[in-house]
Amino acid sequence: MLIISKDKETQALIDRVQEISGVDLSACYQCKKCTSGCPVSQVVQSSPAEIIRQLHLQAGDELLDSEIIWACASCETCTTRCPMGIDGAAVMDALRQISMQKNRAGQAQGKVALFNKAFLKTVELFGRSYEIGMIAAYKLGSGKLMSDTDKFPTMLKKGKLAILPPRGADKATVKRIFKKTKQK
Amino acid sequence: MKLAYFPGCSAESTARDMHMSSLAVAQALGIELIEPEGWSCCGATAGHQTDRVLATALSAASLAKVADMGLDMVLNCAACFGRMKTANHDLQDMGLRKQVADAIGRDYDGSVIVRHLIDVLLHDIGLDRIKAATKKSLSGLKVASYYGCLLVRPADVMQFDDPENPTCMDTLVEALGGEALDWPHKVECCGGGLSLTRTDLVVSLSDKIVTMASEAGADCIVVACPMCQVNLDMRQIDIKKQGGQDHNLPILYITQLLGLALGIGPDQLGLSKLMIAPDPVVNRVTSA
Ligand code: SF4
Ligand code: SF4
Repeated sequence: MLIISKDKETQALIDRVQEISGVDLSACYQCKKCTSGCPVSQVVQSSPAEIIRQLHLQAGDELLDSEIIWACASCETCTTRCPMGIDGAAVMDALRQISMQKNRAGQAQGKVALFNKAFLKTVELFGRSYEIGMIAAYKLGSGKLMSDTDKFPTMLKKGKLAILPPRGADKATVKRIFKKTKQK
Repeated sequence: MKLAYFPGCSAESTARDMHMSSLAVAQALGIELIEPEGWSCCGATAGHQTDRVLATALSAASLAKVADMGLDMVLNCAACFGRMKTANHDLQDMGLRKQVADAIGRDYDGSVIVRHLIDVLLHDIGLDRIKAATKKSLSGLKVASYYGCLLVRPADVMQFDDPENPTCMDTLVEALGGEALDWPHKVECCGGGLSLTRTDLVVSLSDKIVTMASEAGADCIVVACPMCQVNLDMRQIDIKKQGGQDHNLPILYITQLLGLALGIGPDQLGLSKLMIAPDPVVNRVTSA
């Protein structure tokens, strides 16, 4: 049975999450097994169980500002351990997507959104990800210009960063995929 | 045996060593690896965090090419492996399959068998043949096998080893004459794709894992994922810089360690590419 809130707006968030993720959140009985194994919960003072409970309790768009939504590492521990078969990682994916659609990814959290965009842009262009291009786009966008630069010379010397963009992918198909999925 | 080998994007950059050692080991054991022409990115974490159809279609594009080859797909990158298996799993939903068909321009039914190289080594080649091909012993080298997330999770999709206490790499290590350590962080998360965006989290998670392996007495950690390798290896530099411990613990791909035991040269295995120099491990095995 789905827990349905009476408030129009909050009803939309829990229903939207369930629609995108395909997860029936009413099955969660708050045992918190997901949270015990979540690698980021302790650091961000929030947890997958709490997010689900907030959704039960009619949380609105303010929930999208929770740090865990973007700090979640997609490690799939919550999904694998839940005794009720709740796919917590898919719930986090859904919340990220809603946050993007509503332009709600704030400054700090938005770094992951920016990174994902930079990564996917190189895939769209070359058919494969291109680390140097992606790192450049991400650094310019995030203002984190200096972070990790200490390692670049060694990585380049060791051939751990390719200078030239990747070649050989079926770019036509990949471009088509991006075009079709943007139309949705 | 012949398999369609999906190298993954990082095989051309951060994980060239994973790629080199996969090819070298396969050759030594008589596995023929054929790269599907035109393979493309699986979408990685960025893909599934952004859109399910996009993520599934990106993986399906390469899977469909392998379907045409009539071969099983094999991978060494745990992250791509996870995405490919997830795509096959999710494509059983007919609604999604139709959307993906529209995106990639053809129907793909999710039927290509997707395997990890470790699984092929253990179950198709088998320990007896591997042992027979071994030229050097790991001679008691203490190895912490680190599986991380995506090889084993989500368990119902991956169906690869025990999700809480996997042992496939330990089995291989023992067969090669090493000591597989019993340690508690085999499937903890290193922070994965958050390396550039939440470096703070990745440094602290990697520190916990490397510390635990050190305390268990490890001479090295073996991995099967480029994200795990880069995080555990490179982030040791940050841990030290931030006033933490100087672990100096080499992080090798399992195929690199196997390669050494098979008598393959360190250069051919890309061992010089590791940030934490694996010299003690290399010397011990090659002088054995
Ligand atoms: S493990 Fe499952 S049932 Fe338990 S709190 Fe987490 S989501 Fe709810
Ligand atoms: S997938 Fe995300 S929410 Fe779930 S356990 Fe991992 S980090 Fe935590």
